Amino acid sequence: MKKVLEGNHAISWGVQASDVKVIAAYPITPQTQIVELLSEMCASGALPARYIKVESEHSAMAAVIGAAAAGARSFTATSSHGLLLMHEMLHWAVGARMPVVMANVNRAVGPPWNIWTDQNDSLSQRDTGWLQIYCESNQEVFDTTLHAYRIAEEVVLPVMLVLDAFFLSHTSEVVDVFRVEEGREYLPPFKPVDFLDPTRPKAFGNLTAPDLYYELRYKIDQDMRRALDVARQADEDFYRLYGRRYGLVEEYRTEDADTVLVTSGTVTSTARVVIDARRERGERIGLLKMRMLRPFPEEDVRRVLGRAQKIAVIDRNIGFSVGGIWAQEIKAALWPLRRHIPLFNFIAGIGGRDVTPGVIEEIVDIAGAVDQPERDVYWIGVKDDELSYTRS
Amino acid sequence: MTNFHIPEAELMSSGHLACQGCGGANAMRFALKALGEKTVMVMPACCWAVINGPFPHTAVTVPVFQTAFETAGSAASGIRAGLDMRGDTETTVLAWAGDGGTFDIGLQALSGAAERNENIIYACYDNEAYMNTGIQRSSATPVGAWTTTTPHPHPKSHPKKRILEIMAAHGVPYIATATIAYPDDMIAKFRKAKEMVGTKFIHVFAPCPTGWKSPPEMTIELSRLAVQSRLFPLLEVFDGRRYVVQKDIPHKPVSAYLEKQGRFRKLTEEQIAGIQKDVDSYWESLLEREGPGGPSS
Repeated sequence: MKKVLEGNHAISWGVQASDVKVIAAYPITPQTQIVELLSEMCASGALPARYIKVESEHSAMAAVIGAAAAGARSFTATSSHGLLLMHEMLHWAVGARMPVVMANVNRAVGPPWNIWTDQNDSLSQRDTGWLQIYCESNQEVFDTTLHAYRIAEEVVLPVMLVLDAFFLSHTSEVVDVFRVEEGREYLPPFKPVDFLDPTRPKAFGNLTAPDLYYELRYKIDQDMRRALDVARQADEDFYRLYGRRYGLVEEYRTEDADTVLVTSGTVTSTARVVIDARRERGERIGLLKMRMLRPFPEEDVRRVLGRAQKIAVIDRNIGFSVGGIWAQEIKAALWPLRRHIPLFNFIAGIGGRDVTPGVIEEIVDIAGAVDQPERDVYWIGVKDDELSYTRS
Repeated sequence: MTNFHIPEAELMSSGHLACQGCGGANAMRFALKALGEKTVMVMPACCWAVINGPFPHTAVTVPVFQTAFETAGSAASGIRAGLDMRGDTETTVLAWAGDGGTFDIGLQALSGAAERNENIIYACYDNEAYMNTGIQRSSATPVGAWTTTTPHPHPKSHPKKRILEIMAAHGVPYIATATIAYPDDMIAKFRKAKEMVGTKFIHVFAPCPTGWKSPPEMTIELSRLAVQSRLFPLLEVFDGRRYVVQKDIPHKPVSAYLEKQGRFRKLTEEQIAGIQKDVDSYWESLLEREGPGGPSS
């Protein structure tokens, strides 16, 4: 059934289709519409779930972890400072092996206050052990909500689905949605590995000494690695039932491409337009869309970028003093190739600044003008260029 | 109470890791006797996070979910919701937290749960300091007490936070105080809480020989003296308004309680007189809240 939905509401519909039983959430711009629609769905009975209106995001995460421990499929949504407040409990969800799903609407971190998009909130949670999936369209947002539960419950790790503030969260698109009945074949009811059951009393999370803790972390790492195949299968199964798939990464016009742009989130859509225009002019340029930060699809990245002559990574985030975070990840993934491919790292769009086709044209021009990057990091559009980092 | 039967079933095993004479360990034993096997326990960081034993052991025969320090109220809310949505509305959800996790770092989550009137029992076993980390003051530490962060000659300078009034201000259906010196009373209160719907808050006095510098064998006696000296009155509050104070208990001066603990060793006569004055005036205020015709226990 086709509906015109903003990205936030696409998530709410995805949660309904996923047969979620417990929601705990706290409002924060630009996430709030997700939980507003969910509370309406709960109030009307359209979504037979318990909605706990907690007093903070920290409590939201603690509550959904508790609900999952009791054996119920659970959901929360947040953004920026809310995500950062949750940080301790993000680790808790992983260590406790609770397959909760959360939507994070990418929003810049203050101070100064800023409600617009960038990725530093979610990327700074990289090593908590959450899977992270970045979305480009509202359809992808809806579909990924169901993927997220499939993957989370199979590998028994939490999944964060991530979308850009306003460019997706508040932008309406046509989305093909379905209700819970149609989702059941893809996503059967939650069968927890273990849960708090008075007839089988067990302690969850008791003090664990170095002789065992180490192996528990090893198992998380193994399951996170396994999640790549699980995610691939979840994508294929979804395609078989509903006719849409996304891959772990998406290649766009990379056949014969000398230069490959690397993007994530909504910048991808803008970059597609620029690539089409450049292709018209005969330039051999393509695009790699990164969908997953964790687990990181290293082999796919090597397969696509290993063929390129030049790589241009666009980061809507900054790892202060080392450049964009996606670029860092990509460089690490390329290392086993033992081959130097010039990699240009562009910072753009932080704090919600527009990444227009013009910005991407500039990026493509810079990468095209020289054989090797002349800077470690190119901050595009810095108003005083003296502020831009130069190669030392 | 006459002919009161304390259940024989032990839901807590002897193989726990508590210090000798731990009031918190005894409190757990009686709480579980009252609540029975259909209980799920939420435990934030506190002494009990260690007392329960290292993985793969557990000292209690009900499920335990260890959670972060400040999340007893919120994790318990989630577990309640999860159990309810699985169709299990009968199992009692018990949050079992220390004074640090209740008066200090967990107060926000507890307040949230109480405001939503979550159907849980929240028990605070109060040993009046951060004992698990080695005796640092909390906002539950009484005025005049020594701790490692309120060392001589600067003992705790502020009075103990009044958690009872904070919880009463939430209008929760049931609040009670209890100690292991009166196990029949304690069990009756946990049972009453189990039968009620909504947030039930039980404040359990839990002497800590390690932190209070008191002999382990004196834990029960100190619990009784705290009640008799009215430093820790036994009472119930219904709906945040109706107070029922247990008055038929022999009255003793606070000095009888204070003088038995090393943590109060440096108190002067003047300071003890000041504590006595505060206790007397608080007792009067409790009786006023109960009102003239108030029910007697």
